[in-house]
Amino acid sequence: MIHTDYGYEIRARDRLLCVYLYGEIDHHSAVGLREDLDALILRERPKRLVLDLSRIEFMDSAGLGLLMGRYRLMCDLGGEMAVEKPNERVMKILRLAGMERFFEIGGRRGERE
Amino acid sequence: MKRKQRGEINRLNLCLPAKSVNEGVARAAVAIFCAQHDPSATELADIKCAVSEAVTNCIVHAYPHGEGEIYITVVLYADKTVRVVIKDHGCGISDVARAREPLYTTDAVGERSGMGFTVMENFMDRLVVRSRVGKGTVVAMTKRIGACAAKE
Repeated sequence: MIHTDYGYEIRARDRLLCVYLYGEIDHHSAVGLREDLDALILRERPKRLVLDLSRIEFMDSAGLGLLMGRYRLMCDLGGEMAVEKPNERVMKILRLAGMERFFEIGGRRGERE
Repeated sequence: MKRKQRGEINRLNLCLPAKSVNEGVARAAVAIFCAQHDPSATELADIKCAVSEAVTNCIVHAYPHGEGEIYITVVLYADKTVRVVIKDHGCGISDVARAREPLYTTDAVGERSGMGFTVMENFMDRLVVRSRVGKGTVVAMTKRIGACAAKE
């Protein structure tokens, strides 16, 4: 894959919003994702936002900014946010930035703990 | 550095305009080239991430007005070391030590994490940053392939 390919699917019920992201998250894709996610959050007004990263193959520090920004927005709206199923490589950067201090990271894939 | 003793076996020179779409192009090209050293999936992911950070810095910081070129050189050495040099002729960094601090960002309104140099430092074995205001920045990173398994 030469270009940055990304996208998402959503499932919303009972004020739970699940977003299944796929592809690569970098500074290039984060701009569009940020706008789309914020529009979704403001439309759905979920109590809980779950970002499923199981199909994210690549993420750099722009992804950290994207996650922190959505976490702050959810906090401002009185809701909570969780991240699910990052692969081992995505988990490495989440751990480096200490993201577990802010939001729950669940259902890790390929974790060797 | 013992660069001469290592023995260069292959080299890639790449020049890309500072467009965000080239972040993906740059890391994919570097990854394909580094595959000659048979890195593990983790090592390859580390290199891709470090390259993505350095290239993003050029696009976001070095050339804030969008015009400019990014020069990438990848050298493979016989001792399974990879050296990646990413250079720009952009605005430069006035305080490199500060820029390298974790969470430091010049971006007050946006959503940058300030973790770019921290990622490069942690995902590669060595990181050297040289910069001159008004002249540009050179980021040189090295990583030994195969050392990762022993370290973890």
